[in-house]
Amino acid sequence: MPDRPMPVFPELDTQAYWEATKENKLLYQQCNVCNSVVFTPRAHCTNCGSNDLKTLESKGEGTVYTYSVVRQNRQPAFAEMGAYSIAYIDLDEGFRMLSSVVGVGDPTKDIKVGMRVKVDFEEQDSSEYKVPVFRPA
Amino acid sequence: MATQKRRAAIVGLYEWPKRKDPDVSAMQIKAQSIKRALDDAGLDWKDVDAVYDAGDGEGAGLANIVQYLGLRPNVIDTTQVGGSSYEFHAAHAVRAIEEGKANVAVLSYGSKAATQRIPIGTGGGRAGGSWSTNMEAPYGMTLIANYAMVANRHMAQYGTTSAQLAEVSVATRHHAMRNPQAVQALNDLGVVGVNDITVDDVLSSRMIADPLHLLECCLVTDGGGAVIIASPEVVARTKKKPVWILGTGEAMSYVTNDGDITTSAAAQSAPTAFGQAGVTANEMDIAMIYDSFSITVAVMLEDLGFCKKGEVGSFLEGGRVRFDNPGGPALNTDGGGLSSNHPGMRGIFLLMEAARQLRGESTSQVPDAKLAVAHGNGGFLGSLHSGGTVVMAAD
Ligand SMILES: [Zn+2]
Repeated sequence: MPDRPMPVFPELDTQAYWEATKENKLLYQQCNVCNSVVFTPRAHCTNCGSNDLKTLESKGEGTVYTYSVVRQNRQPAFAEMGAYSIAYIDLDEGFRMLSSVVGVGDPTKDIKVGMRVKVDFEEQDSSEYKVPVFRPA
Repeated sequence: MATQKRRAAIVGLYEWPKRKDPDVSAMQIKAQSIKRALDDAGLDWKDVDAVYDAGDGEGAGLANIVQYLGLRPNVIDTTQVGGSSYEFHAAHAVRAIEEGKANVAVLSYGSKAATQRIPIGTGGGRAGGSWSTNMEAPYGMTLIANYAMVANRHMAQYGTTSAQLAEVSVATRHHAMRNPQAVQALNDLGVVGVNDITVDDVLSSRMIADPLHLLECCLVTDGGGAVIIASPEVVARTKKKPVWILGTGEAMSYVTNDGDITTSAAAQSAPTAFGQAGVTANEMDIAMIYDSFSITVAVMLEDLGFCKKGEVGSFLEGGRVRFDNPGGPALNTDGGGLSSNHPGMRGIFLLMEAARQLRGESTSQVPDAKLAVAHGNGGFLGSLHSGGTVVMAAD
């Protein structure tokens, strides 16, 4: 199993998001006052400042907004992974998240801007949290 | 120049000549550079009454630099926004001088990034623990990959090609080969092939983070320097031709749910700076733009207004930004971060080379250069980054 560097807790904005990954849920927020979608997780709406937010579960479907393939990373956890992708995914509910596109033959050739992807929850060797990654839909 | 108000001017500068220098500390680079920049201006150590510092060197906290220098300035500013900190400092210095709080402001920088082998571009991502890093840590987003995501989006959205972006590296190396300090830097750092390069050379260099190749990535050097900014009253007794600061702009930008990643903070800072200066990008003889990577320059040429959004690819073709191309502007005529000097925060060198051009002292001098823009960029272009624009004029 992968053994990615993981979030560190306590951290009050992001803890609920990561707890939900244990149950294969991808959470985002929406403002009850102005209906803006809020991501990454916060305790206030970035459009109006309200603290009145609701937490929603995403279907985990979206498109690749952009990506890159990392060929060189001196951090040990990633140095051993070989070429891997990072990407911004635009989820259909209207939020953009940093993630990785996995499950393609060759990440340097098989990932395209605009391709449809679906979330998958990647189990980790040394963490109970799972990491949301995306596979071709 | 006749129509603009003379607010404050760059009157002295010094760029540390060596890019690999094990025998000097970052703090020593800063202090010695300040002394030599004051000498360049014809000013004294005790004339300094404003100190600007980005927390580089050793002991960043509590404006440690003031104690190290042994000065007692009336204005202290420790703005730290990454590589564009010095454009922000210049903006703040002009305001402090206009307000009458300062007459002689010093900006300084010192870094040992090469000697300490700091992996600036390939060391990330950042460890978790904060609201933002907890969302990034598992994915291994290196600094280079973050910029590369902007490049891939620019290519997908506008059809920009790697060959077009490579023109930035080619022109910059050409300027570096004319600058003896840059040539020594390339040799001292062990760069393979200290010579002019072609678009094909760039495209056949190793891929670091798709679509950015090795020769589209800046060097990691030691170095630093200092810049002196003075009031019009002080300018009257300085040695060299003053370089007037006509306008400044500051901005931050970051990734949003529906934003355009190909538009940078420069789109906000540049209109402020050019508006204050009363000039436009197309009047610039010199464009000193932070070249951490080829894509950084490309996006900022657009955002500064040299061409329309999405059109920088064709704009760059045919050596457009070489110093001897009358179509101009002359880009990064010192050899840039790509081929001369990048100790981590390059912003101070943008001010220096712009000033050298407007004094007529560049190694790739544009004849009779009158107007220059320096645009610094700090942080992560594809997510949180700063942009600082400074518009300057010859006396
Ligand atoms: Zn709201």
